[in-house]
Parts: sequence; structure tokens; C-alpha cells
Amino acid sequence: MNFEPNNKGYWGEFGGRFVPETLVAPLDELSEAFLASRDDPEFHSELAGLLKDYSGRPTALYFAERLSNELGGARIYLKREDLNHTGAHKINNCLGQILLARRMGKTRIVAETGAGQHGVATATVCALFGLQCVVYMGSEDIRRQELNVFRMQLLGAEVRAVDTGSRTLKDAINEALRDWVTNVADTYYLLGSALGPHPYPLMVREFQSVIGREARQQILESAGKLPDLLVACVGGGSNAIGLFHPFLNDAEVQMTGVEAGGRGAALGEHAARFAKGAAVGVLQGTRSYVLQDDDGNIAATHSVSAGLDYASVGPEHSYLRDIGRIKYDSVTDSEALEAFQMLSRTEGIIPALESAHAVAFAVKAAPKMSREQVMIVNVSGRGDKDVDAVRQLLNGGAK
Amino acid sequence: MSGRITKSLANGRGFIPFVTAGDPNDEVSLEICKLLANRGASVIELGVPFSDPMADGVVIQRSSQRAIDNGVNLRRVLSIAEKLSSASTVPIVLFSYLNPLLRFGVEELCSAARSAGIDGILTVDAVDSEAEELSRVLAKHEMSLISLVSPTTSDARLENICRNARGFIYAVSKAGVTGASGSLSGDAEKLTAKVRKFTDLPIAVGFGISTREQVENVWKFADAAVVGSAIVAEIEAALAAGDTLAHVEALIDQLLPLQKAAHTHKVEGSR
Repeated sequence: MNFEPNNKGYWGEFGGRFVPETLVAPLDELSEAFLASRDDPEFHSELAGLLKDYSGRPTALYFAERLSNELGGARIYLKREDLNHTGAHKINNCLGQILLARRMGKTRIVAETGAGQHGVATATVCALFGLQCVVYMGSEDIRRQELNVFRMQLLGAEVRAVDTGSRTLKDAINEALRDWVTNVADTYYLLGSALGPHPYPLMVREFQSVIGREARQQILESAGKLPDLLVACVGGGSNAIGLFHPFLNDAEVQMTGVEAGGRGAALGEHAARFAKGAAVGVLQGTRSYVLQDDDGNIAATHSVSAGLDYASVGPEHSYLRDIGRIKYDSVTDSEALEAFQMLSRTEGIIPALESAHAVAFAVKAAPKMSREQVMIVNVSGRGDKDVDAVRQLLNGGAK
Repeated sequence: MSGRITKSLANGRGFIPFVTAGDPNDEVSLEICKLLANRGASVIELGVPFSDPMADGVVIQRSSQRAIDNGVNLRRVLSIAEKLSSASTVPIVLFSYLNPLLRFGVEELCSAARSAGIDGILTVDAVDSEAEELSRVLAKHEMSLISLVSPTTSDARLENICRNARGFIYAVSKAGVTGASGSLSGDAEKLTAKVRKFTDLPIAVGFGISTREQVENVWKFADAAVVGSAIVAEIEAALAAGDTLAHVEALIDQLLPLQKAAHTHKVEGSR
């Protein structure tokens, strides 16, 4: 089956390019540069070199034996995206896009960040190539991820606090878009997830698919078969689509995207866009499922994990969900916190709170599977950035 | 109904004010619109408040949020429009982001908008092919989709947009968000000249126009000037004292030369 979008960036009814007129030409320019790079062996070899020598790819696929034994059931493998340079999968996309930005002759990079991982990865690649970097970050997220703010500053980036709306990822994207529309001539918008107007969802998926390509080869080598289940957390959805995409045509491989169930089912208490009452809408350039109120205003969201705290989801996910190829589920804040501790204790791996959502789903799913079955869980990032927040939550009795 | 817009802008020196519907409240918002119509507005742009106005600067963002905090939604915007259209002949254009319209339902919206006396709708974040459905349904109800063009719009695209345009062409004066800027860039004049090659429709220039000098400058090369953030800023400045209409009136006195704009729409029930 073909999982490519049409030439306007639509997967079925999802995707597209809903932007102010001023951004149409720069997006056309970006599409052209991206498509040219896709067919350019020189681009691929430069990117492959950076992924290997700078980021340390391929990342390991690790059999989590103690976790598997403790849960009983499926054999759980962890795709260790946390072992990338900068500690998360975000660098895969940033390296790809920064090469594009350079080819396009852009000298100034803007980006948004939620948990700070994409901001850090963007600041890193800008340092690597000596480009000016401005990162927009909601002031609520700045409070939650102080250390990452300092990290970006160390790397030479300017971090601008966003005080509008819910002061989280969504508001940071609005501000980055406002910056871009004002400075289109010299500025490149380095969007961090499989979101936004065409060609971003396609482009980010392409740059993240290295995760799934590696994992496919690695699991065939170590388990001698394709996996029965893939699990990844879904905020915007870039780590998930990166893992899932190279397996989409393997009918026997099931996939579950795990959303943030937050602290309750009421609107505003979670970030589960596919939960009951899901509605399609348009937010920040793309048509997809959007958490919204009856008037079409974007709903507030909540998650213990800043990186999953977003009201919409990448359009390709919406499509894959509607055609039934991928299942989506959610886990709560407290389930994620438990999984955070469990993986730390059983395997000596502290996952990002985002990735802990995927682990929490695996904790529930593995016992229902047999020992012959194989599951791959994407550990999209490492948890160092969350240690302080988790310590406070556990001491404060967040459960 | 798109004929009304074009006619109202036909003589040049047009003035198109923007206000966020329901800011500071529905009643005062309506009175502001009547005042603007009375003071020579050629068309009134009524902003539909939205939580995530990515094309707007801080002034309109705050205004939009105030209206949302007051519980203003599309239904209440339509009700303001209906009262305005029964009191005045000034053409009304809804200025909105797409999501509130989709949530309301495009068919239902167009039929309700027509009954409320609205002449056209402009969607900031849905242009050209992304606004096809809305454009089609609007046309069915004899209303116009107002098209935006920008200094970054390619010639091929300009030609296509102009071919499908109705009412007037909204030329964005600069790459950027809405809000006051010190001087009008040369981009606006160049853009207007390019658009002229492709259409006979009136051309309005907006984004960043806040002084009399800028309005008069726009009138030298385009048919109308759109003033938004400057008016909304006055509404905000009057929040504490509550003398909103006096603030807006004082701004209009500064903004429009003595002989006023070309058209004065008849307003009933105005103060």
C-alpha cells in the first residue's frame, strides 16, 4: 500500500497547508528544496555521515530481559533513541533540516520547543554550522524544563519566552510562525514534529524514518523475525511515525501510538486527541484531529510530559488511525510516572517522561502476549531533563 | 452581495476598519461599528475571535482573548452583524481563522451569515485551494470569499487568485503579522501595481496602517486602506474608563482627512 501524501500534502482528508498567504511562497520553496534533496545522493551521504559520526547512529536495539521477565509475556526490545547526541530522536530531524536550510542559503533559524529537546537539538545543529538560532518556548514549559533552557543558551541560542495562551508548545509554535512570517527572506523555520503545513509532516517523517529502518534490520538480526507490536508515544508524533513508517507494509506488525491521558477524561485534563469525542479541525497549518471546544477554539491540554502536551497531532497519524492501520491508546500521568521508575529500576535506563508513556503501555500490553511474541518500544529520549520534576511530583504525592 | 462591496469601494479613498466582534462587549462593539459606518467606513471587517490567531500581532491577540473570555462565539458575532446590517447599509466582511467556521459548519454558517446581512468572508489561514469549499458555498449564497495577496505571492499565483476573486482584493502591505509599523514599505505599492494587471476589482491595502499619513499614502495607489490594530488599541486603551466610543471617534478624527472618505453609509439608531 502507498502511504505517500498527494502533491498538496494530504493523506486522505488530513494535512494540507493552512497558512497566511505570505507563507505560501516560502513553503513552496521549502518543498522544492526538500524534493530535490530526496533525489540527491550527495545530500544523503552528507546526512548519513552526520548521523553516524556526530549523533552516534545507529542507535542500539536492546533486549530488555529483566523488564520482560518481570512483566511476563512478550519479549520487549527497546529502540534506544535516548542514546543519540543531545539525548533524543529530535536530532535526526534537525540534522536533515539544517542541511536543507544551508542549501537554501538561510542564515537565521527559528524553532519552537515543548520539553526543550527539539530546542536543544536545534541549538546544537546551529552551533555545529554557525547559524543564528532563536527558540520560542512557552513560559510554563520554561518553568518545567529549566535545565534545557540553560543548555540552549550554552549552545549559543536565544530562548524567547512565550506568555500567551496556555504558555506551552502550541503557543510557542504560534510565536515561531509569527517570527517566520515577519522574517521570511533570511529565516528558516525548523519545525520539530510531524506537524504543521505541507511539506513539514512529510519531511519530518522522512528524516525520522531512520529509526524504523534501523529497527527493522536490527530486530530481524536479533530476534530472527519481524516484531508483533511496535509502541511509541505520540505528541506531534515524529518519533512514532519514524519508527512505524518503515513497517507499514508489513501487515503482521501491529502498532500502537500512546497519547497523554493526563489526569482525567475531561477536556483540558489530557492531550489524547483520539479519545472519545475526537473532532477534526485545522490548527497551525494542518487539518487533523484537534482538541477544541464547541466554538472551535483550541482547548487547553494537560500532561505531566511537556513534549506530549499538544492539542493536535500529525496528520499522517490521523489518517493511519482512521484507516485502522495504527491503534492509538492513552496512559495517565501516574501510569507514566510508574513506568518511568520501573524502567529505571529494572534496566538502568531512565526514560524521558514522553517515552515513559510508551513504556507504560508496554507494561500493560506485554503480559497479555506470549513469550514468542516480540515488541519494540521506542525510548525516544532520555529522562535526565525530567529527574527534578519527577522528584518533586513523587515527593508531593502527585498520584 | 459581493456587488455591494465592489460598489462601496468603486470611487477610491476607501476606509475599511477592522474590529474584533464582542470586544469589549457585544453592545459596545455594535456601537463602534455603527460609529465607523457613520464616519465613512466603506466596508466593515468584523473579526471572529479565535484562541490561536497566528497571523496577528499582540494587540489583536489580546482583543481576541478578551472577546473569548466574554463568551463571544460565532453565533454572537452573527448577531452583532445582523443588528449592524439592519441599522446600516455598510457592507460587512467576516474576518476569521478557519477552525471556528469549520466547527460551526460551512453550510450552516453561510446560510446564517447571509441572513445576518454579511457580504463576504475572509479566512486568514485558508487561501486559494484550501478555501475552495468555503468559496463554493459562499458563492451559492451570493457572498464573496475575499482573497488576500502578499508581497511574497508569485505572479502565477496572483493571476489565479485574481481570476477567482470577488468583492475586493486584500493586499497585505508587508511580510509580517498585523499591527502598527512606523512607515509603509514600498512593497505595498509594488504589489498593488502587480495586482492591477490581473483584475479590475478594488484593491485594499492593510497590515500596519495606523496614521493619517499612511492612509493618504495608500489612497495614492490603492482603492482603500484597512485599519485594524490601531482601532483595537484604542478600544483597549478605553477599557478602564469605559469611554470607548470617544476614543474611537478621536482616532477617526486623526486618521481621516476632514473631507472624510468617499462614502458615508446611512446609519439608523446611531448616537
